[in-house]
Amino acid sequence: MSLFDWFADRRKGQFVGKVSQETDESDGLWCKCPECTQVVYRKDLIANSSVCSNCGHHNRINSEERIKLIADKNTFEKLDQQLSPTDPLGFKDRRSYSDRLRESQAKTGLKDGVVTGICTVEGFPLALAAMDFGFMGGSMGSVVGEKITRLVERATSKRLPLLIVCASGGARMQEGMLSLMQMAKISGALERHREAQLLYMPLLTHPTTGGVTASFAMLGDLILAEPKALIGFAGRRVIEQTLREKLPENFQTAEYLQEHGFVDTIVPRTQLRPTLASLMRLHGSKKIELKKK
Amino acid sequence: MARKYLLDFEKPLVELEKQIEQIRELARDSEVDVSQQLLQLETLAARRREEIFQALTPAQKIQVARHPHRPSTLDFIQMFCEEWIELHGDRNGNDDQALIGGIGLIGERSVMLIGQQKGRDTKENVARNFGMATPGGYRKALRLMNHADRFNLPILTFIDTPGAYAGLLAEEQGQGEAIAVNLREMFRLRVPVIATVIGEGGSGGALGIGVADRLLMFEHSVYTVASPEACASILWRDAGKAPEAAAALKITGPDLLSLGVVDEVLPEPAGGNNWAPLKAGEVLREALERHLGQLLRLSEDQLREARYKKFRSMGRVLDSNSSEIGIGS
Repeated sequence: MSLFDWFADRRKGQFVGKVSQETDESDGLWCKCPECTQVVYRKDLIANSSVCSNCGHHNRINSEERIKLIADKNTFEKLDQQLSPTDPLGFKDRRSYSDRLRESQAKTGLKDGVVTGICTVEGFPLALAAMDFGFMGGSMGSVVGEKITRLVERATSKRLPLLIVCASGGARMQEGMLSLMQMAKISGALERHREAQLLYMPLLTHPTTGGVTASFAMLGDLILAEPKALIGFAGRRVIEQTLREKLPENFQTAEYLQEHGFVDTIVPRTQLRPTLASLMRLHGSKKIELKKK
Repeated sequence: MARKYLLDFEKPLVELEKQIEQIRELARDSEVDVSQQLLQLETLAARRREEIFQALTPAQKIQVARHPHRPSTLDFIQMFCEEWIELHGDRNGNDDQALIGGIGLIGERSVMLIGQQKGRDTKENVARNFGMATPGGYRKALRLMNHADRFNLPILTFIDTPGAYAGLLAEEQGQGEAIAVNLREMFRLRVPVIATVIGEGGSGGALGIGVADRLLMFEHSVYTVASPEACASILWRDAGKAPEAAAALKITGPDLLSLGVVDEVLPEPAGGNNWAPLKAGEVLREALERHLGQLLRLSEDQLREARYKKFRSMGRVLDSNSSEIGIGS
């Protein structure tokens, strides 16, 4: 390697990058932005909705953090926590599905990949679902499908607007066709919510792909997305393989989807609460006092 | 019957067929009566074929489901429609050739027929994009379904696709959105919808015309959440494990019947529908008319309610306090 190459590598950030990747997952006081490598105080990062104050990179957050960012304090009332997954196919690849489930449950403290409930946002009542990418890639199996369907049905019967925060690799292969059918099941419930002239907004976060994109993620009256989130139906690699041509740089980003007419508005996470409140107000929502527990 | 396209597990039959063919030729040229031997051999071949096809693994069923001579959507339409007019276009700038539709007459009844269309050879397959529809295809299908809804025509869909097209243009035009809207809107239809998996049902691309009051499936058809090849490369990290993935994913008719996804599995002749396409046509037509007869007795509201309930019940969850399933608080 010539000296010139060495400098070139350094400039691309590869040299620094290798080191930084080790540190940003740690629980230390400081963390490094995976995008711009800026070092920030962890508490500051969290106070800024886990958005890098230097480059605006939206770090991945889990369902609990997501709900905290959206719901008015102490108003979120969880629903259907008693539902947990089974292994209907007795599925086993290199490892068994039940092992993978147990591992994800231990890691996330959740029974499956979505948390649902009712809350208020700046006083406006809202039915809210937050998918958790940390639970088997946010994949959608029977429990995710059932919990979201029950939430949609409840929103319909209580005449509530609905927000589903999407973060998913798609249908959960380990539950086979039952997973695919959750796409239809949720879409059917959304049809009834829509028929009742109620507002549904999906928020597409990084990443939203596959069967989730081909169902409830794209069925919003208004479709919101986080900056730079990856949103697509098919994986980039699959497309590159079939096309053998270079894809646009911003391919399948929130910005790309907005350009092509599939996203209404890109909302930075720090603006999410006021934006949601304002959209609900503009659609005729009335403020209420939720009884605090 | 000349067969150019053989599946590897059919090879044991080849020898027998050759012998039969030879004896036939012999009989044609000479006056010797060989009908006895012919009958024997033919019975043997039929029995072999039956044995082989009764014991097909899921991976082998995929091969049958993808057989280039397996009757396609247009074949079935030609077999049981006395009248048929293909209708084109999504009214939005596209006419997809991989997802076709039109209006036809079955017996005395006008129906809307919609399905994915594969080609028989490479040239045809390129034109049909191997049965992988673009967003324009799904939007055309929805336009035709809405038309059927307006004119009270029952809808019959035929599923035969490896999946929705994955490409730059498809993403640009909103493949996800196109399928999603179909899923939702199919719940709204006031006419009966029957979907049949005639070949392979590939994931969301199949479901995009598959939200139906009845889902039928041929014996050697398969319906998958993800192609076994993709599943193997993701979960096994080895695309070569596709046969294992095919078995694990539970993609055959009997599997899906027991999971409550499919309503009826239609029998195929030994050797698969490609051996006796006309018979396949009869079987399917009978089943469609029978189910349609049942569905047409329901009112629009009953039909929609039943469709909702059918999909509502799909999935398996453990409910630790099942006494509180109710939605109200």
